[in-house]
Amino acid sequence: MSSGKRILVKGNDAIGMGAIKAGCRFYFGYPITPQNEIPEFMSRELPKIGGEFVQAESELASINMVLGASALGVRSMTSSSSPGISLMQEGLSYMAGQELPAVVINVVRCGPGLGGIAASQGDYFQAVKGGGHGDYHLIVLAPASVQEMYDHTILAFDLADRYRNPAMVLADAILGQMQEPIVEREEEVQEPRKPWALTGAKGRPARHIKSLLLKEGELESHNRLLQEKYREVQKHEIRYNELEVEDAELVVAAFGTSARIARTAVSKARSEGLKVGLFRPVTLFPFPGERLRVLSARVKNFLVVEMNTGQMVEDVRLNVSGDASVFFYGRPGGAIPTPMEVYERIVKHYKEQ
Amino acid sequence: MKPVFSKPKALNDAVMHYCPGCGHGVVHRLVGEALDHFDILDRTVGVAPVGCAVLMYDYFNCDIIEAPHGRPPAVATGMKRSRPDLIIFAYQGDGDLASIGLAEIVHAANRGENVTVIFVNNTVYGMTGGQMAPTTLLGQQTTTSPYGRNLNTDGYPIRMAEMLATLEGTSYVARHAIDTPANILRARKSIFRAFEMQVKDMGFSFVELLTTCPTNWGMSSRESIRRIKEELIPYFPLGVFKEKEVADYI
Repeated sequence: MSSGKRILVKGNDAIGMGAIKAGCRFYFGYPITPQNEIPEFMSRELPKIGGEFVQAESELASINMVLGASALGVRSMTSSSSPGISLMQEGLSYMAGQELPAVVINVVRCGPGLGGIAASQGDYFQAVKGGGHGDYHLIVLAPASVQEMYDHTILAFDLADRYRNPAMVLADAILGQMQEPIVEREEEVQEPRKPWALTGAKGRPARHIKSLLLKEGELESHNRLLQEKYREVQKHEIRYNELEVEDAELVVAAFGTSARIARTAVSKARSEGLKVGLFRPVTLFPFPGERLRVLSARVKNFLVVEMNTGQMVEDVRLNVSGDASVFFYGRPGGAIPTPMEVYERIVKHYKEQ
Repeated sequence: MKPVFSKPKALNDAVMHYCPGCGHGVVHRLVGEALDHFDILDRTVGVAPVGCAVLMYDYFNCDIIEAPHGRPPAVATGMKRSRPDLIIFAYQGDGDLASIGLAEIVHAANRGENVTVIFVNNTVYGMTGGQMAPTTLLGQQTTTSPYGRNLNTDGYPIRMAEMLATLEGTSYVARHAIDTPANILRARKSIFRAFEMQVKDMGFSFVELLTTCPTNWGMSSRESIRRIKEELIPYFPLGVFKEKEVADYI
């Protein structure tokens, strides 16, 4: 992708760098830990390049500012953490209904409620199943490194524009707060034309962006079209990573930070002669369920590891073949599974085969 | 023959869905006249509220977006910040602006966003069928204040124009009524002034209009007009509450 030099960057800053690289010049946000470096970065950097930063009065306002900017055809973004993302669900539902692109970053903390500020994966359901009211999906990307925080932010803008749909980067407090070397992308990001945008009705009929569809059958048709679009997303945009699944007798499935932890455990198991692989969904919606189905024709044991009480595990169970066993290990409330804990689960379930 | 009266170019020929005697038609027309007057129709984007006026995109010949309930000032902020060359106006009712969207209007005003907000205050939720609004008068019966608005349980009606005028960020704040030709002309002048403020980059402009809702007031159109003078204006005084001569934020 690039021959550029490696620089040491904090995860949240990498998000900001990716957004600016993607052509985002308009950021709207409200402070919340553990993502404050993102608004701080944007408030520092955007004015230097002719962009606008607005510290909104709430996350309700942030997402609606994004909605307004997006409707005019510009790339805009907001970021928050779990409680703030809950407040944005109204706007996200509207944007999905109005087919407006946008990028929303969720640096997930633990809940429910005010919860805590430590990392969690407890927002998986909210992110991939809709979250707000009505039948809709966000496009959801799950980075597992600071490099991916940067890359996925750029990718989220591209996917959001391509499908005219909000896209979410589902990170967590660990990814937001840790530093790793990254390589910045050198080639320019291409922004598509947006013939649907509101630009003032100069030399054309007035244009409206709305989600209120009252005519008989109109809203059903609109919903069918949205579902058609989600099927296109499922057809073209599934991304995942695999490690040593070819001969595996047990596959660990995990996303984001959990996948990094699981990777250490899988390596240890391999070094001790256990045939164990790792499957990491990179897109959570669209979910790489078809690949899991194919894998499960041969692999009969799956261990899902999450930093919650079991959310993605439901999607794994939905997709693997009926005779496969799906085990789960998770720790909620800001607790982090250790590689040793995951390794012990691997050994336990490996022997149960 | 010289035409002496015509429909503004900003409005199309669609038959409005508003009830007989409703004030939205008059306010739409005044806004349309302002868009014509400043020749800004083809660079204007309107923000529709949730409420009766959500359907305003059926009547205006300019680009319009529908905002979630109460959020038009935030949507307008996102628009104006990203395309300051466009004219952005939000059109909101009393439930939208003074209840669920109170934070959004206060903070957009306080930031001095260079947008225009038209606030239609008819003291009742219209589209949902006549429930109590934040501007419902004391004693006024609605479907959720069937014994009349009670200050002990429901609090007082909110005077938005006065509240916003106290904020340093606002540039133009006025309240008018549409009950008489003279008052309509005053409202027209203020709406023109509000758009002029935006065209001249003068900052946040806000015009509140006291209007009728005969359907949910349970009155005839004529009685509704009379109620504006007899009940609304004594509590919501008319006038220009604030008018900056120079922009102070640029």
